[in-house]
Amino acid sequence: MSAHRIANACRLNGAATVNFTFDGKPYQGKAGDSLASALLANGVVLMGRSFKYHRPRGLLGAGAEEPNALVSVDRGGGRFTPNLRATAVEIHEGLDARSQNRWPSLETDFGSINDRLGRFFPAGFYNKTFMWPRSFWEKLYEPSIRRMAGLGDAPSDPDPDVYDATYAHCDVLIVGAGPAGIDAALAASASKKKVFLIDEQDELGGGALADPALWGWLAESLKDLARLPNVTLLPRTTAFGYYHDNFIGAVERLTDHLPDPGHQAREKLWRIRAGEVVLAQGAIERPLVFEGNDVPGVMLAGAARTYLHRFGVAVGSRVALMATHDSGWKDLFALARAGVGVAVIVDLRESVDPALLAEAAELGLRVELGSAVIGVSGRLAVTGIEIARADGSGRHKLACDAVLMAGGWTPSVHLWSHSLGKLEWSEEWGAYLPGKANENVRCVGACGGNWSFGSGVHVGQLPTPKNPALLKAFVDFQNDVTAKDIALAIREGMKSVEHIKRYTTNGMATDQGKTSNLNALQLASSALDRPVQAIGLTTFRPPYTPQTFGALAGHAKDALFQPTRKSPIDSWAEAQGAVFEPVAQWRRARYFPRTGEDMHAAVNRECLAVREGVGIFDASTLGKIEVVGPDAAEFLNRMYTNPWKQLEPGRCRYGLLLREDGFITDDGVSARMAPDRFHLTTTTGGAARVLNMMEDYLQTEWPDLNVWLTSTTEQYAVIALQGPKTREVIAPLVEGIDLSSDAFPHMAVREGTICGVPTRLFRVSFTGELGFEINVPAAYGLHVWKQVWEAGQAHGITPYGTETMHVLRAEKGFIIVGQDTDGTVTPYDAGLDWAVGKKKPDFVGKRSLARPDIVASGRKQLVGLLTDDPNEVLIEGAQIVADPKQAIPMTMIGHVTSSYWSATLGRSIAMALVAGGFDRMGETLHIPSASGKTHTAKVVKPMFYDAEGSRLNG
Amino acid sequence: MILIHCPYCDDIRPELEFAYAGEAHIARPADPSALSDAEWEKYLFIRANPRGRHNERWRHVHGCGRFFNAVRDTVTDKFELTYKAGEPRK
Repeated sequence: MSAHRIANACRLNGAATVNFTFDGKPYQGKAGDSLASALLANGVVLMGRSFKYHRPRGLLGAGAEEPNALVSVDRGGGRFTPNLRATAVEIHEGLDARSQNRWPSLETDFGSINDRLGRFFPAGFYNKTFMWPRSFWEKLYEPSIRRMAGLGDAPSDPDPDVYDATYAHCDVLIVGAGPAGIDAALAASASKKKVFLIDEQDELGGGALADPALWGWLAESLKDLARLPNVTLLPRTTAFGYYHDNFIGAVERLTDHLPDPGHQAREKLWRIRAGEVVLAQGAIERPLVFEGNDVPGVMLAGAARTYLHRFGVAVGSRVALMATHDSGWKDLFALARAGVGVAVIVDLRESVDPALLAEAAELGLRVELGSAVIGVSGRLAVTGIEIARADGSGRHKLACDAVLMAGGWTPSVHLWSHSLGKLEWSEEWGAYLPGKANENVRCVGACGGNWSFGSGVHVGQLPTPKNPALLKAFVDFQNDVTAKDIALAIREGMKSVEHIKRYTTNGMATDQGKTSNLNALQLASSALDRPVQAIGLTTFRPPYTPQTFGALAGHAKDALFQPTRKSPIDSWAEAQGAVFEPVAQWRRARYFPRTGEDMHAAVNRECLAVREGVGIFDASTLGKIEVVGPDAAEFLNRMYTNPWKQLEPGRCRYGLLLREDGFITDDGVSARMAPDRFHLTTTTGGAARVLNMMEDYLQTEWPDLNVWLTSTTEQYAVIALQGPKTREVIAPLVEGIDLSSDAFPHMAVREGTICGVPTRLFRVSFTGELGFEINVPAAYGLHVWKQVWEAGQAHGITPYGTETMHVLRAEKGFIIVGQDTDGTVTPYDAGLDWAVGKKKPDFVGKRSLARPDIVASGRKQLVGLLTDDPNEVLIEGAQIVADPKQAIPMTMIGHVTSSYWSATLGRSIAMALVAGGFDRMGETLHIPSASGKTHTAKVVKPMFYDAEGSRLNG
Repeated sequence: MILIHCPYCDDIRPELEFAYAGEAHIARPADPSALSDAEWEKYLFIRANPRGRHNERWRHVHGCGRFFNAVRDTVTDKFELTYKAGEPRK
């Protein structure tokens, strides 16, 4: 097939041919290839450009650790995924993969000018350079940096894919299906336990896939496991996070490897609760730090062995090895035995295991001990290396087309760290190993330190006779951090690894430093001359590898993002063409435009209809709580600011609820239905909060009170009828209730029937007009609404929405909690002294009303504002100043809380919180606007219409 | 996601069903008006915020609805035990 394929000793022997493209160019691979192995097999070694310097990059590894070969995959129809590791992309017929972060092409990238200018981009460059002038940041620096930096492009279309999600429980969850994980699964399954074995790769086997000696065992073991009913095998599944109490998040990739995904979900989020977790995540090989260690063709030794045995791909035809660890020798021997040409074995150690030397001699391989690679030639691909002895002598060059690095192994303790397990430094590994567990978890195999890759030494940077200030020896490949950068950070005073990390960005790329953290620690340790353990360790956090937003969001998008609560009247409002607005989780009709009307015109018409005739309004979303029990009145008396014990059955009261700190948290009109029964209402958004607060006091402060609280918000539909003609509309529909003003005064409640349906009929008003609120069982709400609507036709009944409701209540100065108050407003600040029971010995928040800050002068108080120009409507939230001529920044004395055009009054009205507002009556204040114009307004009482209240008592 | 034992349901349920409700064993004074400003401030605002063992309130809000007390380690986020409201500090 190609010169790079090696036929024998490969798992893909006889696999079908697969056609794919990379940057639009067609290639062929084999079924089972990763994109990385398939490109290598085609002689492609240049796969990406680096983040900062745009340096040409090839593969470093063969697995999850890959920092360089990041690609975008376009699956068509808006299915575009950037920043995928080529080592984790399975090829399939028609795969369309593209390189990133280059222009105009991967081979010729103009951004690589940054590489020549590299000496001007040291660690902390952004922090130091782009500080001044400040205005340049937004306009010049940030956009330029964003254009130049970054990896793949974000997809521009909405993701059309579907994502699945599931919960699962098991006795033993094993992460990683290498030899150690498979052994653990076999052992656990024998005891009839429910076992999950999950692995991020498409093929189970882990390290065994690169070791032909284990293939027989692997096939037998997997066959055994697949037969067991209590074992679930999950390939292509990445355990990305380990959370409290053995809760593991994992994503299974279902269709990305298929040429045609059909209608299947793309990925599935598994939320698994496990009795015991076994981590068998293996270890990641460590690169070595030397000049040119990022040239395409320089890669990890173990990766070369994986490409050879798993995929049948030779990473070069004349390969050099740079080792400080035995394992690299064995990887190279495997390549040599498969017929791959070897240039040299270079090892920093003066002496190595004689058995290694003997095998090298047997294979006829050149060995240079006590030496190091000090340079790599070639730009888009390796063409040779320069070698010197550790003392700098004996410099010479050799031709080669691949360089393998064997710097030892780093156990993969990512999930262990998520679980808050302790880590302990191991001199033997030159790495942190799992220590004391924080969950019911154990580590097996290499990630627990229980696997022998042989021995070696660990060095931060290979010795070199070259000037260290001019070296490009990379530590973090993905973020382009060099050994020089780390040295600079330390010279500039960074001593903790947390600071070094942030200053240099080492370990902060999407690979979370899988191949760089330990080298950076070693470098810092040598530079500071302190043991590695004293430098500290950064913390691994989920996700272990990048996951899609789609998988995490699952079904929770669009209409299912959060529930939309709809009142029983909602369908009627929709049919009438209502414009809706969200209020808490409800959708409420905002206004009912007639043909050609905008909101302003519709609201004006609706307001006048209520003031002059009759309006109908859906108030079903009001929170409702049924308070029942012999101590109900006593309980409400302690909760609300005003007295409740003397309220007669059949009467209503406006209740004001404070938090214990004295600030208003809710309000509403409530009725006493019987001596031991109250019908409470709360604000639409406050219903759950108020019930929680009342339950809290009832259960924990006054458990002796015999009271029961029940949420009845959704049990009732509430139809508000407001306006002078209200009584005429409902009179023919109501039975068993005398509607006359004497028998049924304002702020009273009666029970009877309306349209044959039992009702709690409230005579209340949030508009200042004569008004009734018809409470009927929710299931009858639409029926009654339609009957009332019919009956109202003769009287010109008009539906109105929340916008008109807001205007009408503002004309009367009624507050909306959360709009005219903000959690720092007391009843006194809001001008609601009348609602505070001064003679009551106690209620929630009473003591706080005597706190020094609450009684101090100068507090912000709720007032009305009338603009000098009646046609100007102030912007809600606008800041208010006393003197518009003062220097900027001005002293702001308050802000506009509510502001509307009042059709009733033919002018604008507003409410505002103003410092010392009650003492400013008649004063003119100034409201600067963004347009540059400063409005002027007079402070008045927040009562703009029918101050004596004759209309609502009519 | 933490698993929490509800002492009323006597069942271990996922954290999603519960809501945190602040430090435990801070009783509302019987007669707040008798308290000085400093004493009232202490009741309203001053909390222990320990590093380690913390007595705190939770509500099984999407379950039985009851408030109860718990001892949780603020470093490891592990629950040591839970007990009913009104029982002495543990």
